[in-house]
Amino acid sequence: MVRLIAGLVGLFFSGMLLISFVTGAYTAVTEPVAPTVESQFHKHPKKVSFKHDGPFGAYDKAQLQRGLKVYAEVCAACHSLNQVAFRNFEDLGYSEDEVKAIAKGWKTEVPSINPETGEPATRPGLPSDKVPSPFANETAARAANNNALPPDLSLMTKARHNGTAYVYSLLTGYQAVPANLPKESRPGTGLHYNPYFANLNLAMASPLTSDDQVTYDDGTKATKDQMAKDVAAFLTWTAEPKMEARKTAGWASLIFLIIFTALTYLSYRTIWADKKH
Amino acid sequence: MSFPWANEYKPQHPVMQWVDERLPLPRFVYNAIGGGYPVPRNLNYWWNFGVLSGVALMIQIITGIILAMHYYASVDGAFNSVEHIMRDVNGGWFLRYAHMNGASFFFIVVYIHIFRGLFYGSYKAPREMVWLLGVVIFLLMMATGFMGYVLPWGQMSFWGAQVITGFFSAIPVVGEPLRQWLLGGFAPDQAALNRFFSLHYLLPFVILGAIILHVWALHIPGSSNPTGVAVKSESDTVPFHPYYTAKDGFGLGLFLIAFVLVTFFSPNLLGHPDNYIPANPMSTPAHIVPEWYYWPFYAILRAFTVDFAIPFTGIVIIPAKLMGVLAMFGAILLLFFLPWLDTSPVRSGHYRPLFRKFFWYGLIPCIVILGYCGVMPAEEPYVMLSQLAAAYYFAHFLIILPIVSRIEKAAPLPNSITEAVTGKPLETAAA
Repeated sequence: MVRLIAGLVGLFFSGMLLISFVTGAYTAVTEPVAPTVESQFHKHPKKVSFKHDGPFGAYDKAQLQRGLKVYAEVCAACHSLNQVAFRNFEDLGYSEDEVKAIAKGWKTEVPSINPETGEPATRPGLPSDKVPSPFANETAARAANNNALPPDLSLMTKARHNGTAYVYSLLTGYQAVPANLPKESRPGTGLHYNPYFANLNLAMASPLTSDDQVTYDDGTKATKDQMAKDVAAFLTWTAEPKMEARKTAGWASLIFLIIFTALTYLSYRTIWADKKH
Repeated sequence: MSFPWANEYKPQHPVMQWVDERLPLPRFVYNAIGGGYPVPRNLNYWWNFGVLSGVALMIQIITGIILAMHYYASVDGAFNSVEHIMRDVNGGWFLRYAHMNGASFFFIVVYIHIFRGLFYGSYKAPREMVWLLGVVIFLLMMATGFMGYVLPWGQMSFWGAQVITGFFSAIPVVGEPLRQWLLGGFAPDQAALNRFFSLHYLLPFVILGAIILHVWALHIPGSSNPTGVAVKSESDTVPFHPYYTAKDGFGLGLFLIAFVLVTFFSPNLLGHPDNYIPANPMSTPAHIVPEWYYWPFYAILRAFTVDFAIPFTGIVIIPAKLMGVLAMFGAILLLFFLPWLDTSPVRSGHYRPLFRKFFWYGLIPCIVILGYCGVMPAEEPYVMLSQLAAAYYFAHFLIILPIVSRIEKAAPLPNSITEAVTGKPLETAAA
């Protein structure tokens, strides 16, 4: 009885699936789906390498400091970094006093209240503050950006496939609209063509417009490519600040486990030595 | 509940004797996973994965309890509290990555454990109850894993919850009210997040209880083995400790090495980037993809594209969506009936030439194809591929297996485990 019912259920499910298959195949032949514009024009991120790549890779602190400068002077005009606190910048090699100075001199002040009147006010940043957002709220951000919302950048490199290379490619990937791009996919008003962006048109205009847009303190030549690379490295750090500790702990665990496993293998062989199995 | 030649627990120390007379807990452990449990001597490495599943559950419970101390179940705060764990809690990044990948590794070892049961016929008499409890554990794991994935309240958390709870709305008449009642609202929101957190904390302990029953039921007939031949004499078995504790210890080392490689060197390999975007009910992701361990079932869900209807009348008896949901649950529930669908008295796939062909060339490729189609967008050719693979999946268990077990001529079985191992008959073989 169980087998009879099972057989009928099996026939029903498999039969319906085969009917679905035939219907789908018929539709695929009679009304083939045209390839989407994105599948033709969208590009995967460029190949780019960093010092922090690979199982031994560690952040290049000089590069992170340069990336912070690019973020502070270019990106921070629109994009928040709300998971990162000023005190975290000590990880980039800044001293406590330097961090205090960075927090105090940050372009946007931290929302606060007037202690006398209770009215909303702002005050200079402190190391314990999170990096303040350039806009008070989403409405303000949209109002200033043609109704587009600049996303928070703290986790951007983890929120996209191959994120570090994605950020680099997007920043360096603005180009003229290809002549063969269909009309309906051409950037409308306030949109900009970039093949590394999922739907090809994004609201952000190319933020890195010319070489030496930022003056690096360490004398590195601030080419557009260099700035894009540095800020991509910086955003990798903001998304994964504990990466170096993670890799170190990984090697320690791995070495321990290899010894542990070798010993358990030897004891396994010793214990089973007299037992054929 | 064991073989007559099983070692007996003899406490040497007076304290242990005192304890044994009052609460024989050490005796219980000795008989369960110590020298008092005789196990077939010919178990291969596939038999490591039961113990490894237990270890994986313990990793999840320990990391999970500590994470819950820092996590904040609120639609406004959950995402940031996870980032707080990643950034500001001491070793928090480790706990969170270990828990996140621990779930994947739990499913990896359990899938291998299920695979072993399917190939070696571990579900057959007298171990049906072990199998049934195993399927219950698997269902509980799927529920726990799903609810855990919702907790960080990222984009995939939210939209995954939206899709999965949407299954209930496929039920005729009561579906939509039922879904709203379960969610505590029209869409996943604060009420749903709170109850998911509560259940996500509860269910692992239910799983632990089910595992105790699973192991208890196993100890009545004892472990099966790769030949599928029943234990006949003492020379067929070895005590669990030290023989299998040593072998499982080695397997545990290999498992932890794999776990460490992913957790420390590529912790986001098995996750989806969209879950690092805070949940936004106003913006649907381009592709809603569940965690990898649901991919085959997700493919089955989406494979049903045609309503079950009376042709030319427009009367729909079962809409495609409902059929997809029924089939997806059916794909797991049919495992409950497996001991009675596969009636062959031969357990091990090694001695079943016909079964083996369907297993290796039919079932396993179809599950792999379904997994692949589950992660791809619902477009052709993936939908068509998943339709063929899913059709075979159901046919394999519900039609082919009962027929194969009836017509198959099994290869000759060894007379005993000892003979299979030593090549000599039981009477003359030395242990």
